[in-house]
Amino acid sequence: MSDIRQARKALVARILGERGAASPTQRRAAFDNLGLPEPVSRLAEKVAKHAYRITDDDIAAVRIAGFTEDQIFEFVVCAAIGQATRQYEAALAAVEAATGRTGHAPCDPR
Amino acid sequence: MRLAILDSGQSFATKVLFALIRVVSRQPVLDVVKLVKYRADFYGNPMQRVTHEAMRGPSSWSVGNRELMAALVANTNGCDWCTMAHSAVAERAFRDRAKVSAVLSDLETAPIEEPLRATLRTLRKLTREHRLDAADVRALLALGVSREQIEDALAVGFAFNTIARLADAFGFVQPGPRAMEAGAKYLLARGYR
Repeated sequence: MSDIRQARKALVARILGERGAASPTQRRAAFDNLGLPEPVSRLAEKVAKHAYRITDDDIAAVRIAGFTEDQIFEFVVCAAIGQATRQYEAALAAVEAATGRTGHAPCDPR
Repeated sequence: MRLAILDSGQSFATKVLFALIRVVSRQPVLDVVKLVKYRADFYGNPMQRVTHEAMRGPSSWSVGNRELMAALVANTNGCDWCTMAHSAVAERAFRDRAKVSAVLSDLETAPIEEPLRATLRTLRKLTREHRLDAADVRALLALGVSREQIEDALAVGFAFNTIARLADAFGFVQPGPRAMEAGAKYLLARGYR
């Protein structure tokens, strides 16, 4: 079978790590879709729940609030990977519940 | 694209690479390539390792079936760009255009085997509802889908639940059919590295 465990752990560790245009706290909040100020929280929520509805105005609002394009890039990447991670880990938990075997440790880079 | 940095903020070396791609392929550089090359150490490089393993790593799902899963996850996310891109790869892998469009237009009547249909249905549920139950997994196991196959499908789901969101958030621009076909040919030959 394919094994994305190490690669996925490295990805999450990188986007939430020390180096970035936004602070680690801000990137973590985007990943968790929790505790962000407006209008970043609105953008992160849309990325997580209905990205196809994002408009130019959603991005412009974050830019007008004083964030740079590199920070917006990071918020969007973290929000997307955060939601995909929650979906994936929920599904793996269902696999474990159905089979009674533990295959993966939850991915928490902290 | 909605962020100018993805078009104009690339490093000099990447700009040279893009010029080369344009000359050799005689096609514009796809927006997904601009995304993975921008500050590649942050997102592109680590994500491509995940995507390549999910899509081309060892699995009892064929490459075509995994590309079909990618297209279905993209479609369920409402991401037209990724749906078109990965439908094109799946069509090439299967050498069957009708099968891919049948799956995307009506999964329940498409001419595919039941274990694949049930796996696609489960990926669609996860994408829509953000969760699965043990009963969903048991239903797959009862149809003969192995635990390994389920986890392989979930890895594809992780990759494309990420990529589809990014394509829509950054506003990927739909290229012409020939550029998309060139991209599909590349992905089938070389994978995601």
